[in-house]
Amino acid sequence: MTQGAAGFIVVHILGKAYRVPAGLTILGAMEYAGYRLVRGVGCRGGFCGACGTIYRTRNDYRLKVGLACQTVAEHDMYLAQLPFYPASKARYALDELQPNLATLVRLHPELPRCLGCNTCTRACPQGLDVMEYMARAMRGDIAGVADLSFDCIMCGLCASRCPSEQTQYNVALLARRLYGRHLAPKAEQLARRVGEVAACEFDADLERMAALDAKALKGLYNARDIEA
Amino acid sequence: MYPDELRESALRVAASRDRRLKEKHARLTPEEKDALLRGFHPDFREDTQRPVTVGPNSGDRMPHELVDLLEARSRIDPAALALDRADLEADVLIIGGGGAGAAAALTAQEAGARVLLVTKLRLGDANTMMAQGGIQAATSAVDSPATHYLDVMGGGGYTNDPALVRALVRDAPAVVAWLEELGCMFSKRPDGTLMAIHGGGTSRKRMHFARDYTGAEIMRTLRDELLNRDVPVVEFCPALELLLDDQGRCGGAVLQNFETGAFLVAHARTVILATGGFGRLHVSGFPTSNHYGATADGLVMAYRAGAELCFLDATQFHPTGVAYPEQMLGQLVTEKVRGVGAQLVNAEGQQFVFPLETRDAVSAAIIRECGLPGKGVATPTGQKGVWLDSPMIELIHGPGTVRRELPAMFRQYERFGIDMSVNPIVVYPTLHYQNGGIRVDASGSCPRIPGLYVAGEAVGGIHGRNRLMGNSLLDILVFGRRAGHEAATSRLPAAGRLTLEHVRRHNRGVGKAGRGHPPAPLLLPDYVGKQPGA
Ligand SMILES: Cc1cc2nc3c(=O)[nH]c(=O)nc-3n(C[C@H](O)[C@H](O)[C@H](O)COP(=O)(O)OP(=O)(O)OC[C@H]3O[C@@H](n4cnc5c(N)ncnc54)[C@H](O)[C@@H]3O)c2cc1C
Ligand code: SF4
Ligand code: SF4
Repeated sequence: MTQGAAGFIVVHILGKAYRVPAGLTILGAMEYAGYRLVRGVGCRGGFCGACGTIYRTRNDYRLKVGLACQTVAEHDMYLAQLPFYPASKARYALDELQPNLATLVRLHPELPRCLGCNTCTRACPQGLDVMEYMARAMRGDIAGVADLSFDCIMCGLCASRCPSEQTQYNVALLARRLYGRHLAPKAEQLARRVGEVAACEFDADLERMAALDAKALKGLYNARDIEA
Repeated sequence: MYPDELRESALRVAASRDRRLKEKHARLTPEEKDALLRGFHPDFREDTQRPVTVGPNSGDRMPHELVDLLEARSRIDPAALALDRADLEADVLIIGGGGAGAAAALTAQEAGARVLLVTKLRLGDANTMMAQGGIQAATSAVDSPATHYLDVMGGGGYTNDPALVRALVRDAPAVVAWLEELGCMFSKRPDGTLMAIHGGGTSRKRMHFARDYTGAEIMRTLRDELLNRDVPVVEFCPALELLLDDQGRCGGAVLQNFETGAFLVAHARTVILATGGFGRLHVSGFPTSNHYGATADGLVMAYRAGAELCFLDATQFHPTGVAYPEQMLGQLVTEKVRGVGAQLVNAEGQQFVFPLETRDAVSAAIIRECGLPGKGVATPTGQKGVWLDSPMIELIHGPGTVRRELPAMFRQYERFGIDMSVNPIVVYPTLHYQNGGIRVDASGSCPRIPGLYVAGEAVGGIHGRNRLMGNSLLDILVFGRRAGHEAATSRLPAAGRLTLEHVRRHNRGVGKAGRGHPPAPLLLPDYVGKQPGA
């Protein structure tokens, strides 16, 4: 099939050619072509990681990956979706874990096998330095992993390309939860407030407020002072 | 980077930036706001809604797209299904794998129940995953639950259910502490204090956040915890109808394997509906910020089972949806962009509304501005919009702020070749939140249907006619946990023989053709053969 009328391109979905308007995302192109998607589509806004797609373009030997909802379809793109990727997920009780290297390696024994090849970083649609956060994981730098991996949407594209069969995003999630639970400074003001609420310190005020009718509430509302 | 028609106007925005830095647009007076809403908010237009003609809310006005579903026939032929044998069984059946469903499942399991969570797409493919801005809770010394209460009521036009709002604001600090305990990485100051900013309609800085992936951080944490605790989850398995006994007590649901099409019967002591909102109905043709599965299924199922709906004539448009580029149409530009200083500016480089008015007011102001000659920004597809002056943020807080504080936003634009720290972006209101939903009491239980609980965006009444940003992530957890606990510990007598008699009755009521509408629930929108934005 040739490019045909202006403004149209040809994409090859699972090996079959379709003519679609230029400028659509891969997701839009698949739907335009007639696919009713159930798998491989989620939030449609780049947040959920459901629509990992693997593709090649003509005359380029490289395999590329991207999110179908965030990647513009190109002429002569050959694509297939990876809507489900069987990945290992360690089960753990967060409270009982120590935030250290031993914990990471016990739950992810494959971790030291990372080759430092950087394939994961090249694959990441979020532009994260995946290899670097994996390197930090291997050093037991949990705060570093947590920080560098924060924007991970768990799409699995890094894992799909990793020669040492890591599940980078699950290492990252474990590190973030360890950090949030065990390493980050506790929110003291929050704990205090939870105690005050439990001791019913605000209930009288709240009951008074809840007893007011719309008119009285409106008066208070319009006279609110706003924190600068 | 921008096509010609946009570039010229963007230059005018840049030229007026220094002047506007010192300029603060006046807030609307209550009278001005009222007039603005009546004149320009889509809810007030005659042609967007009609009264529903069947069921408990007969006579109430709702958007056409929703009424079509409520008046449609079921996807199931009740006569063709054997309901006595259960394919799946649990104490508590939770329908919907977003934040509300996940919180309910964890809480119900903690309370000792055998839990089963079923969901339409993957666990976490949900609006919860997409929330960027934050979650409200009155945690600071200058704030209190009563102050939070007043803001919620004012935002909702004083129509909210006071009992629900009381529960919302009172449970808020504990819910945030629960998340902290689960390892959620909230953005904190070095001493551990939760960072907090204003959101539209707040009188205190009580919007807590996890960078700009707040919902994702909450959702991936809850999902991980569900897996750690081996909570049974069945994905790609939407619910189609609830099961009731002859007393109208709920005791299960009919599900469908999305891949094979097979029907599955689930029996449970109690059922929690946590199916989320209706953005993908594209009410009045608006683009939407919602995830693919936001199609009001829970409302349809509960309505047929006899539940009362409320506030569904009040639709929430997020004032700043993407209007350009076309590939991002409808996606959200988080309110935080305005929270940290970006102004709304027309094609001539002038401000026209205080950026942190409530969402309904800002939306109406943008729609009004786009209708004035020469004030709206015209994009190449004809989609109108106004400027959101994001480079202002760098001017106020220093270079690099946009990238650091709004990485998700920054990245999304960058993918399409737009650097929002240098160039302003074009926005127009997008269909964002359902406001209304199923009526419940403060325990999350549906008063008309014993055994049925509802949590999350599917609930109506908490936010009255208009939800404030940050109160929805809060409500899904507050009422998810309440419903989970109640459903697990309820002492209701066991349900009798379960049937689809109510569905049969509904099908009879709407006639063979279901008033001419395709069967409901919708499950997924139909984009086959269509071109987005066209
Ligand atoms: C882009 C965006 C940004 C937002 N930002 C904020 C914010 O900053 N702060 C804030 O407080 N709120 C925000 N909100 C609102 C908030 O995120 C949602 O209202 C909230 O997360 C809804 O949670 P939920 O669990 O009720 O529904 P969802 O998270 O949508 O989950 C519903 C789940 O039910 C499933 N489901 C649907 N139908 C069926 C069926 N028939 N059978 C089985 N399962 C079904 C869905 O697939 C989905 O998994 C935002 C919303 C969006 C869309
Ligand atoms: S792709 Fe795998 S082996 Fe290569 S650097 Fe990344 S984690 Fe290590
Ligand atoms: S780190 Fe891996 S899973 Fe996370 S966003 Fe990048 S490619 Fe996807």
